[in-house]
Amino acid sequence: MFTVFLQFLFSGLTTGAVYALVGLGFNIIYNATSIINLAQGEFVVVGGLLMWLFSESFKLPFLVSAVLTILVSGLLALLMERLTIKPLPKTDLLLMIMITVAVSILLRGLLMFKFGKNPYVYPPFTEGEPFIIAGAVIQQQTLWVIGITFSCIILIYLFFNRTLIGKAMRACAVNPTAAMLVGIDVEKMIMLSFVLSAMVGAIGGIAVTPISLMEYDKGPMLAVKGFCAAIMGGLGRGRGSVAGGFIIGILESMTAGYIHSGLKDAVALLILLAILFFKPAGIFGSKTALQMRRF
Amino acid sequence: MKVFKILLAVFIVLGLSMSVANSAGKEPYKIGAIFSVTGPASFLGEPEKNTVIMLQEQINKAGGINGHPIEVIIEDSKSDETQSVLASKKLLESDKVLAIIGPSTTGESMALVPIMNTAKTPLVSCAAGAPITQPVNERHWIFKTPQYDFSVVEAIYAYMKSKGIAKVGIMTVSTGFGDSGKKALQELAPKYGITIAADERYGPKDSDMSTQLTKIKAAGAQAVINWSIGPTQVVVTKNWHALKMGMPLFQSHGWGSKKNIELAGKAAEGVIAPLGRLVVWDKLADKHPQKALLKKYSADYEAKYKSEPGTFGGHAYDSLMMVVEAIKKVGPDKAKIRNYIETKINKWPGTGGIFNMSSKDHCGLDKDALEMVVVKNGDWEILK
Amino acid sequence: MGRGNFTTLLVFITAISLFPFIGSGSYVLTVGIFSGINALVAIGLCILMGYAGQVSLGQAGFYGIGAYVSAVISVKFGLPVIVCMAAGMAVAAGAAVVLAIPALRLKGHYLAVATLGFGEIIHVILNEWGLGGPSGFGDIPNFSLFGITVESASSFFYLVWGVVAVTAVFSFNLINSRNGRALRAIHDSETASNAMGVDVSVLKIKVFILSAVYAAFAGSLYAHYVTFISPASFSLFHSVLLLMMVIVGGITNIWGAIVGAVVITVLPELLKKFEEFDILVYGLILTLSLMFFRKGLVPLIIDKLQQRKGSGRA
Repeated sequence: MFTVFLQFLFSGLTTGAVYALVGLGFNIIYNATSIINLAQGEFVVVGGLLMWLFSESFKLPFLVSAVLTILVSGLLALLMERLTIKPLPKTDLLLMIMITVAVSILLRGLLMFKFGKNPYVYPPFTEGEPFIIAGAVIQQQTLWVIGITFSCIILIYLFFNRTLIGKAMRACAVNPTAAMLVGIDVEKMIMLSFVLSAMVGAIGGIAVTPISLMEYDKGPMLAVKGFCAAIMGGLGRGRGSVAGGFIIGILESMTAGYIHSGLKDAVALLILLAILFFKPAGIFGSKTALQMRRF
Repeated sequence: MKVFKILLAVFIVLGLSMSVANSAGKEPYKIGAIFSVTGPASFLGEPEKNTVIMLQEQINKAGGINGHPIEVIIEDSKSDETQSVLASKKLLESDKVLAIIGPSTTGESMALVPIMNTAKTPLVSCAAGAPITQPVNERHWIFKTPQYDFSVVEAIYAYMKSKGIAKVGIMTVSTGFGDSGKKALQELAPKYGITIAADERYGPKDSDMSTQLTKIKAAGAQAVINWSIGPTQVVVTKNWHALKMGMPLFQSHGWGSKKNIELAGKAAEGVIAPLGRLVVWDKLADKHPQKALLKKYSADYEAKYKSEPGTFGGHAYDSLMMVVEAIKKVGPDKAKIRNYIETKINKWPGTGGIFNMSSKDHCGLDKDALEMVVVKNGDWEILK
Repeated sequence: MGRGNFTTLLVFITAISLFPFIGSGSYVLTVGIFSGINALVAIGLCILMGYAGQVSLGQAGFYGIGAYVSAVISVKFGLPVIVCMAAGMAVAAGAAVVLAIPALRLKGHYLAVATLGFGEIIHVILNEWGLGGPSGFGDIPNFSLFGITVESASSFFYLVWGVVAVTAVFSFNLINSRNGRALRAIHDSETASNAMGVDVSVLKIKVFILSAVYAAFAGSLYAHYVTFISPASFSLFHSVLLLMMVIVGGITNIWGAIVGAVVITVLPELLKKFEEFDILVYGLILTLSLMFFRKGLVPLIIDKLQQRKGSGRA
């Protein structure tokens, strides 16, 4: 019985890790702008598909492909921010969010145009037999995904708490006017947050494609799950969204295992709703912080 | 407000461009086609659309139907019922088509049943669900070319029975495609003395199905049957391989594309599926009535699109060719076309099998249209 | 209802009564019908968002409840369609109460996710327990009232747009009533309106119910027109699309919801010429129109008209 439980857990960790990375990406932009970039899922797809393009189609070495993929994704986000977010007044949050929806449709169109509708895959980072722990199987690539997720969270934590730019970015979200008054270039910070979150998304895409395959229209599902992860953990809390991602992944897997697989999405969401009912700012979010925010 | 004017101009140009008509020598015969070219079911719509474009070119190059070129007007239903309703209205009214082929999915086809019956225009669907053509007396104008889901299930169950497999775990994707497979699997199990030990579900974009497979294993199943299309069937195959399940994996007829073997790599070895003969035409005996046609279709398609047509492109081939043959024989008359398809499509070799339409059966295929195929050394192999 | 709105309403009613004579053919009419159905949901969402300041990403859930409850009852029990539709709206209203009570504690993104979660749960329920499962079911009776069956596209067009017109008038009166002013107060400042003695909670729940009932009404119209439904039509993506309609049209104006619904429904039909590129062009047009018509189409038109009036007098 324990083996079965462990296997459910591993499965939950695999799916949860992706949600966590998407949730993390949401947080970076939220921390700088108070908006949710609903095109975040598309950047995961961009990551996976570009990685395929560089490593399988152009036959570039693994690391070169990965770096190129991350850079191009960042560039794409830079373009998106400069063209669609920058010209807007930063007060109309709902409008900005809807624009990210429109951009996500546009990005999906571009991806379909370039890559078609077929799924893509490339070999895992390390070839070899999966590990067996107490009878349960865990694929090597899953460990890579989990490892990369935790590396990202540590790096981002250090960035936001130890560097001046990171701290400046956080200030922008809480009070853009005050941030501007103390000499922070708010616009530049917002731009940076888009680039950074797209890079995190792309890293996620690079890591999960060998497990789950990647196709042009996977983005919306990832965005929805990542959004839920970020909310469950509490917006503005990077670690919260990572915890939220894993919790949702494991909840889905356990529901599928012990209740019914047809209900896994519903049960996970029901628990999220219940949590919001008791903790309206998410598990790790603070209610006072929430009240200070505009959105 | 320059931008406003530019956008306005764009809208006006779009509106005008809709009314541009094209001209030809002898008046073309118009046939409508509704496929899920985009959206979640685009795995079906893409090869279907390609096939129809290719056939239209070939037919017109060969002089069309009795000197009339054919014009197939393809509408993208975006895998959405509302859109396919709109598309059918457009085809029927603006384009005045003689018949419609498609849509690609069961739901979309079902949404068109009342419309086609009212419009008294034949529909040859490319979706598999049994309710599309049953009950036949309420589906006077509706035909379909893919084999019934229960034919596919019968092929799997009959094979299992011969191998002594009596307890299975099933897993289906939570879309119309997976659902109709699930219903057929549940319905036919008692007839073949098979018990379903576990009945699992997953979403069309899920990334890991180890949980469902583990449950099936824990339930003591002797085999897994997976029913889906698109990337999930590859993920299931990879998970099945990684978990070392120690039991065979059966896939639905949706597995019938080399692309799947390519994507799953060595994990695909040993996967069994009942497939139409299109994917294994090169392994058929030379005198098989389908062989010549399958060979030509596969070769032409691969030359033009650099990919395989797969089972689903074949459905569009069968649907279009049936309608074309009917028009050739009886002329541009909707009622006569319908009657021709119902009564004269007999021992008619298509890509999906040898069709025998009748007033009792508007599909005309049974499980004999399928071969049990196993993946071996990265290629298909017919199981005897 | 102000004078400006009254004139607009007259123009609007004339336009819809004449439309079937101009835009003949059931294809054009069916596009019109789906626009009307979407407009109905959008009006509810507009009141919820533009006037009560509540975001909802779960409208497709209510839309689906209306469609399913009405369709299932009419197929299974053969009750008159109008009774089934009322049942659909009643169930949706009940669901709205269940959702609204916890949602009262939430705002912004948290509210968005809560409503999104609600919509997705409804979607899963329809998939698992809805009649026909993910494949859906057909042979739903057409709309009929007093023994007259509304089957043809033109009569259904009048039915749907008649409903939209009545709903719009009702909504305008609501907005200009005491409750409506209280609503706008909530939008501007919840704390202040609380202090002024407005019972914010009850009012918010009422608006939630209202928008759910509109959506359910639209859903049942959809079911009895298409006569086939499946859960796929009531997914999150439809909720997002509805949100887009309200924003494109102009969130602070009910006419905006109607115009937005028409534009977003008609646009993909116009883009068919682009075949597979339509998703690209569609995305581009959406992005550009959001960027350049920030307040929405209708407020923009009003501004334009007022500018012209102003310059004419000068």
